Amino acid sequence: MAVTDEIAIKPSSEALLRDGPGKPPRNMGQILRFLLLFAGGVLMVMPIAFMISTSLKWPHEVYNLNFIPEEPTLENYTYVLEDGRFYWWFLNSIVIAVITTISSVLFDSLVGYTLCKFRFPGRYIVFIAILSTLMIPTEMLVIPWYLMSQQFGWLDTYWGIMFPGLMTAFGTFLMKQFFETVPDDFIEAARIDGLNELQIWWTVAMPLVRPALAALAIFVFLGNWTAFIWPLIVTNSVEMYTLPVGLSSFGDEADVAWELIMTGAAISTIPTLIVFLIFQRFIIRGVVMAGLKG
Amino acid sequence: MANLVLRDLVKSYDKTEVLHSISLAVEDGEFVVFVGPSGCGKSTTLRLIAGLEEVTSGTIEIAGRVVNNLEPKDRDIAMVFQNYAIYPHMTVRKNIGFGLRSSKAPKAEKHKRIESVAELLGMTAYLDRKPSQLSGGQRQRVAIGRAMVRDPAVFLFDEPLSNLDAQLRTQMRLEIKKLHQRVGSTIVFVTHDQVEAMTMADRIVIMKDGHIQQVGTPAEVYHQPANTFVARFIGAPAMNMIPGVARPGGGVALSTGGTLDLGRALPEGRDIILGIRPEDLHTGHDTAVIEGAVNLREPLGHETLIYVETANGDVIAKADGRTPPEVGEVVHLGAAPENIHVFDAATGEALR
Repeated sequence: MAVTDEIAIKPSSEALLRDGPGKPPRNMGQILRFLLLFAGGVLMVMPIAFMISTSLKWPHEVYNLNFIPEEPTLENYTYVLEDGRFYWWFLNSIVIAVITTISSVLFDSLVGYTLCKFRFPGRYIVFIAILSTLMIPTEMLVIPWYLMSQQFGWLDTYWGIMFPGLMTAFGTFLMKQFFETVPDDFIEAARIDGLNELQIWWTVAMPLVRPALAALAIFVFLGNWTAFIWPLIVTNSVEMYTLPVGLSSFGDEADVAWELIMTGAAISTIPTLIVFLIFQRFIIRGVVMAGLKG
Repeated sequence: MANLVLRDLVKSYDKTEVLHSISLAVEDGEFVVFVGPSGCGKSTTLRLIAGLEEVTSGTIEIAGRVVNNLEPKDRDIAMVFQNYAIYPHMTVRKNIGFGLRSSKAPKAEKHKRIESVAELLGMTAYLDRKPSQLSGGQRQRVAIGRAMVRDPAVFLFDEPLSNLDAQLRTQMRLEIKKLHQRVGSTIVFVTHDQVEAMTMADRIVIMKDGHIQQVGTPAEVYHQPANTFVARFIGAPAMNMIPGVARPGGGVALSTGGTLDLGRALPEGRDIILGIRPEDLHTGHDTAVIEGAVNLREPLGHETLIYVETANGDVIAKADGRTPPEVGEVVHLGAAPENIHVFDAATGEALR
């Protein structure tokens, strides 16, 4: 008798062997779950699909809700890409998103590490103060930010657009939670081995929280890439617009050129898609781990 | 020459004193093991030596200089941690060489040292592997290698074997001991396992509640325990403690009934505790004075542990492995007077 014949097969495995992996689920609950997920998927994809569809339409067809354009055209893409301003806005957005991402990842992790691994008077108060800023909506901060920018002469500058995002309370909190997972023994071992505190943070602690860093980088990048209200307020000249602000300016007072806005938006999703596809596994791991630790 | 000297070392957290005036001199090349139950202060002492905690009062001298105010890196020590603390993102080579980062030695010299340490630990074939590709024992070797490569004046081991399974622990115990014999460095080793302490140490420091209870060779702490705590902590199963009262002429009236002649003068009328190790308490002894019924047997092969219910609680004794007494059988136990330890019932201190 073959050895495998003697091995008891679990009921679930038996069903799998009998039905094969490709058979659809028979359980009603499972069917409902799939339907619900499918509906969720459709809801998520619809705006993107509609954005692409609109970007392929002529202006007269924009307000028709047909999904497939009657006369598909790439004219909008040609127009947007030939408009020199688009490249400026794209570049502005790239510069701002990249700098704020690097800055935020560095400073949030540095502060998070300090709050997590050092014992000093007032540590808890500092942490609570940072956390409390999470509860203030951006809309409330816009006026003080504007007055500050005005005082310092930062209006209509990169620095003016970037400074509120150079460090984030959310990132600090996220990184602090992740640094909790780094055993103190690593830090102490490095201390005995002769590294200074900054070297320990950079050489030992940072590589151990790489998934969190990647997740934070994606969050910050996306947040700054799509930021609208603050760049709209702080910028005056068309050359300083970021992509979302620039796109919203398509059209005139009488009409909004939705087909051009959608075209610009479709193009602007490309960098975020690339960033997301590359770091997708990190973001999911990061979010899961943050949830567990939080 | 003493390589490590602790003088009246005190450590307090806020107003709570956790270490009370610890004094100890560790000779050059000596293997000293700190042992004690959880919370006894052994790891705190080690962390004070390493410089990971600040000393409240007292001094620590390493290789002849007071190091109280020196950073850990400047104390000429290396430490092996309980959970290895080897960096998962670095290869074995980088982990071992990590301690040399701040060294000003030429690259070739550093490389040579890493290679020779790896060879000594049998890790040459694994130098380019990441820790995740190593077994528990190999990871522990890497941690030891990282400490060795710095060639420090004192090695500190903080319960390095407690994460390993029983078999590997025994193997690593031997390896560390062999390594010490070969390298001859001063080692301070912390453990809660008295078997580790007995098998590895040149001297054992037994601690309880932030106090040193006894310092001595494994034979000394086993055969001449300073008090009831040491007597019960060292040796497994723990020493039997039988209360009694000293009688004139060297006799002791036992609380279990009967009188035992110890043949030595004891202060008459004083309440004492007799300590007898299970391995010294036998059935069929000439001077058998403890009587009781066997209520449990633990066969160990060549011998059997018997738990005997006496008038004053259970005592543990050893019986022959082939023909042990049956459960429920009444046995008479006795021990040679030289194997009986006498402690003051009030203070717990040994009476010699």
